[in-house]
Amino acid sequence: MDLSFSPEEEAFRAEVRQFLAEELPEDIARRNREGRELEKADMDRWHAILNARGWLAVTWPEEYGGTGWTPVQRHIFEEECARASAPRTLSFGLAMLGPVLIKFGTEAQKAELLPRILDGRDWWCQGYSEPGAGSDLAGLKTRAERDGDDYVINGQKTWTTLGQHANRIFCLVRTDPDAKKQAGISFVLADLDTPGIEMRPIRLIEGGHEVNEVFFTDARVPVANRVGEENQGWTIAKYLLTHERTNIAGVGFSIQAFENLCALSRKSRRNGRRMIDDPLFAARLARIEIDLEAMKITNLRMLSDATKNGQPGPESSMLKVKGTVIRQALNDLSRRALGPAAAPFPSEDLEGNAALVDPDQAANAARYFNNRKISIYGGSNEIQKNILAKTMLGL
Amino acid sequence: MDFEKTDDRRMLADSLDRFLADTYPIEHRNRVAYAAPFHDPERWAELAELGILHALVPEERGGFGGAGFDVFTVFESLGRALCPEPVLPALLVLRALMATEADLEPILSGTRRYALAVGEPDAPYDLDAIETTAARSGAGWTLTGRKSVVYGAQTADAILVVARDGDALGLYEIEGDAAERIDYGLIDGGGASDLFLDATPADLVLADAEAAIREALDWGRLALCAEAVGAMDAARDMMLDYMRQRTQFGRPIGSFQALQHRAVEMVTEIEQARSLTILAAARMDDPDRARHVSMAKNLIGRTTQLVAEESVQMQGGIAMTWEYPASHYAKRLTMIDTQLGDADWHLEQVMAALQAA
Ligand SMILES: Cc1cc2nc3c(=O)[nH]c(=O)nc-3n(C[C@H](O)[C@H](O)[C@H](O)COP(=O)(O)OP(=O)(O)OC[C@H]3O[C@@H](n4cnc5c(N)ncnc54)[C@H](O)[C@@H]3O)c2cc1C
Repeated sequence: MDLSFSPEEEAFRAEVRQFLAEELPEDIARRNREGRELEKADMDRWHAILNARGWLAVTWPEEYGGTGWTPVQRHIFEEECARASAPRTLSFGLAMLGPVLIKFGTEAQKAELLPRILDGRDWWCQGYSEPGAGSDLAGLKTRAERDGDDYVINGQKTWTTLGQHANRIFCLVRTDPDAKKQAGISFVLADLDTPGIEMRPIRLIEGGHEVNEVFFTDARVPVANRVGEENQGWTIAKYLLTHERTNIAGVGFSIQAFENLCALSRKSRRNGRRMIDDPLFAARLARIEIDLEAMKITNLRMLSDATKNGQPGPESSMLKVKGTVIRQALNDLSRRALGPAAAPFPSEDLEGNAALVDPDQAANAARYFNNRKISIYGGSNEIQKNILAKTMLGL
Repeated sequence: MDFEKTDDRRMLADSLDRFLADTYPIEHRNRVAYAAPFHDPERWAELAELGILHALVPEERGGFGGAGFDVFTVFESLGRALCPEPVLPALLVLRALMATEADLEPILSGTRRYALAVGEPDAPYDLDAIETTAARSGAGWTLTGRKSVVYGAQTADAILVVARDGDALGLYEIEGDAAERIDYGLIDGGGASDLFLDATPADLVLADAEAAIREALDWGRLALCAEAVGAMDAARDMMLDYMRQRTQFGRPIGSFQALQHRAVEMVTEIEQARSLTILAAARMDDPDRARHVSMAKNLIGRTTQLVAEESVQMQGGIAMTWEYPASHYAKRLTMIDTQLGDADWHLEQVMAALQAA
């Protein structure tokens, strides 16, 4: 048993840290630290910086322009990024579609699409969920009918994250309505400017515009845009979801959030003493520290397993559940630390009004409410537990 | 023993519920609650006409209620409708002024509006830590300090400010626009302000006001508990309806035991929180009023968090949207905890009472 990183891994960490110190734009780090939404231009800029260094596609093999990193290297990278307040890269192209194309795509699809993800020409969004198909994804109804060399698509997708910035969408569609649920689904790619595709915004709980609805009315998409075999989309969907779940614990995030919270509670005073000297608050903080310390090691144990076996096991669901619970608890505590000062609605008027709120904290409560999503999307925590009970426990 | 509302209170609740159902549907609420002036002045006048402010004060001071259960009744209805009207600031001021000879009628009729400014950035809940000072200036006084998140101050004609004159806390009145004020909307709807007092001219309303302020704050806490009970009832009903209607995997999500047990736990906790709120309402004239209020507010704080988080989680993505009312209930329920002492602060009060016994 040896819990330390190897000298090579430590050297790698130092290299990442230096890169971030030199290359991460301060304005992007600040926006991210303040918990405000990043503009499309900011994300594009950050992607371009990472891409120039060859560090954008951390899960792809080198031959496709990825880093070829081990799970431990990826973990170190994520930790350092969180530490520097670097924004997370966009998962839709990099963590979801990229690996799918690499495993299931044709050579032509790989050659055309992978470079476009890396250089930012394509911004993908994920068209899985529908109004009637959330947890029960296989219940999806969006219909794709073959007509010559095209599919004609009718139906609706929803919850499409950052679709307003995207030019393309990958979708699960029903190509065989008579087959059993999972059997009649295909995975297709569509340009969002295709006639018959319309996007409408959905406003979230805290007031932000982050998700959308996408309507398909006789939208024609070339059959050549299908990834994998017709009616084999479910296999791809499942493969993608396991990838979505790696690193989903967000340990790096939580470590950073915890440190910020400690700093805040040393700085802010309440009722004649520092927050951190309030025994009830300190108890809440200490309890989270204990949970977080445990999760760090659990995460490393799973990373080490994944390195040996080449694949994250079903235990990754366990980490997703625990990781989201801890992140949400940190958001909760951070909101508590502010007390009534968390109540103002973050608005343009108040931004920059440092007399009123510490800019780092202006979006504090909004972040708490927004992050209730992390135990719902990507397979809700209830669904993860169902999966765990079945696959890990054999119940 | 009788846990039913009296006929008078039932009539008040019925007419208030009907009024809010007719004139304050959630779409209207969301339109007014998140944009200046963060409430609806017309509805405010109509609510006052209905007599809901009179219900908060006893007859000898011009009202027709004033008992714990009157306050409970009014705020439970307001909570159920998620009503953002500044009734709480009015209650706080009315109860503080009960210690004076002031004529309450202008407030009761809804024509003159006040806010009560207590909390400060470093002293959100604790009177002992208040730093705003009052100094004599000629025949009057001036106030210096900062008051934060003063509910209802943005529309108040006058503000009652709690300030320190040496060791004593006093209650001072300033005009609504006498001090620099930053107004803002709140994440859960409604409006508040920060006040920057800088030798701001003020009139003394009550010297040695600490006991009166503590009592007024306890009335406010009771009101918040009752508001929470009403809002939790509504949030629960909405969730249960949705669990019956929403199908996934070919069955209503309400048929999954993983959710059923949690729904039952939630309902149990709401009933527990209601019980303590009833107890606090019954103890408002007792010597150990404050302890009962703190017990209730602690349990309310714990329960509102459970209801807010679990109701969003168990309804899934839809409850994350602005359009679906559950999200607004979740926000209000969460933020109620930060008003007039959060769960931890009230737990400390209960601990202190235990330790002193
Ligand atoms: C902010 C946000 C962003 C999103 N981004 C995207 C995106 O980019 N692309 C995309 O395709 N989707 C996206 N989603 C959709 C997300 O994946 C779904 O919300 C999620 O799958 C849950 O589905 P649902 O919301 O329909 O809830 P439902 O499936 O209706 O679930 C409601 C509740 O029932 C529970 N439940 C359901 N079935 C069971 C069961 N068998 N046992 C126990 N409990 C159960 C759920 O856990 C949940 O608590 C996003 C969602 C949100 C909120």
